Amino acid sequence: MSVQSEAGRQATAAPTASSAPIDAPAIELRGISKAFGPVQANKDISITVKKGTVHGIIGENGAGKSTLMSILYGFYKADAGTIHIKGQEVQIADSQAAISAGIGMVFQHFKLVENFTVLENVILGAEDGGLLKPSLAKARTLLKQLSDEYQLSVDPDALIEDLSVGHQQRVEILKALYRQADILILDEPTGVLTPAEADHLFRILEGLKEQGKTIILITHKLREIMEITDTVSVMRRGEMTATVQTADTTPEDLAELMVGRKVLLHVEKKPATPGAQILEIENLRVVDEQGVERVKGIDLHVRAGEILGICGVAGNGQTELLEVLGGYQTGTGTIRLNGQEIDLTGKNSDGQSRRARGISHVPEDRHDEGLILNFQAWENMVFGYHHAPEYQKNRFLMDNAAIKAMTQESMTKFDVRPPNPKLEAKSFSGGNQQKIVLAREIERNPDLLLIGQPTRGVDIGAIEFIHQQIVHLRDAGKAILLVSVELDEILSLSDRIAVMFDGKIMGERLPSETNEGELGLMMAGIAEEKSREAGQ
Amino acid sequence: MTKMPKWADAVLIPLISIFLAFLLSGLVIMAIGKDPVVAIKTMVQGAFGSSNGIGYTLYYTTNFIFTGLSVAVAYHARLFNIGSEGQAALGGLGVALVCLYVPWPHWAIALPAAMIGGALFGAAWAFIPAYLQAKRGSHIVITTIMFNFIGSALIGYILLNYLKVPGSMSTESTRFGAGAHLPTFHEMLAPLGIEFNKNAPVNVSFLIALLAAVGFYFLIWRTRLGYEIRAYGQSETAAKYAGINPVRIVVIAMLISGALSGLMAINNVMGEAERLIDNAVEGAGFIGIAVALMGRNHPIGIVLAALLFGFLYQGGGELSFWESIPRELVVVIQALVIMFTGALDNMVRAPLEKLFIALNKKKEA
Repeated sequence: MSVQSEAGRQATAAPTASSAPIDAPAIELRGISKAFGPVQANKDISITVKKGTVHGIIGENGAGKSTLMSILYGFYKADAGTIHIKGQEVQIADSQAAISAGIGMVFQHFKLVENFTVLENVILGAEDGGLLKPSLAKARTLLKQLSDEYQLSVDPDALIEDLSVGHQQRVEILKALYRQADILILDEPTGVLTPAEADHLFRILEGLKEQGKTIILITHKLREIMEITDTVSVMRRGEMTATVQTADTTPEDLAELMVGRKVLLHVEKKPATPGAQILEIENLRVVDEQGVERVKGIDLHVRAGEILGICGVAGNGQTELLEVLGGYQTGTGTIRLNGQEIDLTGKNSDGQSRRARGISHVPEDRHDEGLILNFQAWENMVFGYHHAPEYQKNRFLMDNAAIKAMTQESMTKFDVRPPNPKLEAKSFSGGNQQKIVLAREIERNPDLLLIGQPTRGVDIGAIEFIHQQIVHLRDAGKAILLVSVELDEILSLSDRIAVMFDGKIMGERLPSETNEGELGLMMAGIAEEKSREAGQ
Repeated sequence: MTKMPKWADAVLIPLISIFLAFLLSGLVIMAIGKDPVVAIKTMVQGAFGSSNGIGYTLYYTTNFIFTGLSVAVAYHARLFNIGSEGQAALGGLGVALVCLYVPWPHWAIALPAAMIGGALFGAAWAFIPAYLQAKRGSHIVITTIMFNFIGSALIGYILLNYLKVPGSMSTESTRFGAGAHLPTFHEMLAPLGIEFNKNAPVNVSFLIALLAAVGFYFLIWRTRLGYEIRAYGQSETAAKYAGINPVRIVVIAMLISGALSGLMAINNVMGEAERLIDNAVEGAGFIGIAVALMGRNHPIGIVLAALLFGFLYQGGGELSFWESIPRELVVVIQALVIMFTGALDNMVRAPLEKLFIALNKKKEA
């Protein structure tokens, strides 16, 4: 145990000994500031969270939410400001100190050992002595108690790798509770959950709240804030712009506070006028490198002037579907574009051939696929289309001047900020990176646009713009295949919705005739007929 | 978010690193009871003090430019080619065969032919590891380093059994004909009235190396192939998304890399030895890794880094000759330079970055 954590323990031992006021807030941050080099990540932030409440912190990517929580959990040291827990000032030097101060954290990416059991993960780092057996026995009884109390049932002897994502998250919560956390911080907890799992999580959080625990929920989803929090703080560019009672506010107000201007939360679009069949997929199967069948015989079609939305929990074959269509995964079955079959294997099945056939692709993962982060914007703006004759100066050299000029134009048109073609892709914000990819793919005027997770990690202001661009392309008579794990997005953008589960299409719905409840059940693999009943 | 001006990144950091390396080298020299000031004077004098010294320094520089460019091409495709040593050795064989078996009338015709021979043999030697990497996933670091040993053994075998002068004790081929003699700086500069030492081995290959550096720039940053090589090097998944064929890029990048290493042979085999001798590469392939690393895989950086290592080679040789400082210590100095410029880059970078941020803040205030 380090010296620092000892200091933390002493600091937190103090409040129980002294006569702290009973109604002291669970956490109080006063004037927290933190700069990374020239970037001011947190600027004079003060929050007060009452005991036994759920407090939401909402803000766009890069607004400083994660930095603030990292300071609270001892990963960073604040440049200025103080932290008070139950009325007493504490120094949080590292995560051990945070744990002894009663703070538990559930990260967006779980910190679990995959091939350990639940029990082993729970006691990891909190063992009582050199021998594991007494700790395991003690944890087993405590875990049973906690499970009964908070609907947190998990099999203590199951291996983590065998658990669903939702259950893994419960283990993280149990870990925090086992360490006697009074204050639980959850960072984007619903990002990986199905709607049903998210609902269950919220019920667990309600239970914890009733038992007097304090919960801080970091999210960018307005719906969650409205559903579960008592108070909400909004962050923008490192500053706390407002703290309000959730009951007194609306999603529209919160969005405006986050972005700093009025935003349209709903996509405005006219009814679709579908034309000719552009894409037809018959009995498509995909087996990945590990020999696992990811897509198990699906049939789909997309017409011109129509957006087909595919929803599903991540990892149910949507990625592979996009990869096959984009030309970098092999498959079997039949795919026709404009009535003509396209190759699924062989040398005419690569990305170049797909682009030549009029398929553009905004990939799900713009950092690893859509962009080369160390390339400048102009180099990224021709990525995948670098063979096009208009970008060649002669047989040997590329026409860099022409590419830069084209990039400048596209950047202005798609409102990429800053509009500097010579800036490296990694220097742009998530939203502006996505606009670069979108500009590249839409400007080629494709017959079919594949678009995966169009607004993942994109700020609200840019979401609005990106959605408008997709709808414009549809209105120009193009076919669009949209894959997203955000149900809201699927419901508001799509003209038709197909639900994918375990590599199969569970069914198709019209957005006007379905709801989140029904789609959620279908995403969880509950049979189509059943979900129909449940939805009604 | 301005951190550091570009010039500081490209010029200041290497200079400080080299300075630190020499400072530490000075301490080592003091530790064995020699005077570091005299040592550095001897090195500079030996490398740049006479046209003979300059001639040797530039001769080594030529070798290092070729191998540095070779390593850098592969590195742009994120392939770590440790096999320049073997590829250059095989290039030597290619050059020797071209020069031995054709009675060349004039060097101007012999040189292009020798270049083709060297490049072909070097590329062929790089092709096998490249193919194994691209198709079978055998790690290129392992295969290329193995191929250095195989190459060395192969050259030894061929020399001993086919090319050796009958009756001679030394493992070397016969001398190339007069038509394959490359003009040295002495011969090239004499018509201009400039006196250059007759014995210095630097020759017309130095200019070819500089041309190769220019060609490297155009290939990597101006052509579609260079664009694809860099894209693949940055992200294989992105390259696949864009329809860039990974097998093709790996093979082509390694072929170019091997060809550049093979080209080195026009300097050491054709230009200097004028015959094929055993172990003609003398570690230049490995120095190429350091040169590429220090030169940030950019041709200008590579030429400058090659010059620095040329200086270390030639000056170091003088040091052991005149100052009875053991040759091994010269290797220690080279190692210190590599360590400071390559491995300890961040040690200099971090404080320098802080300094520039502080300076910027002051300016704003």
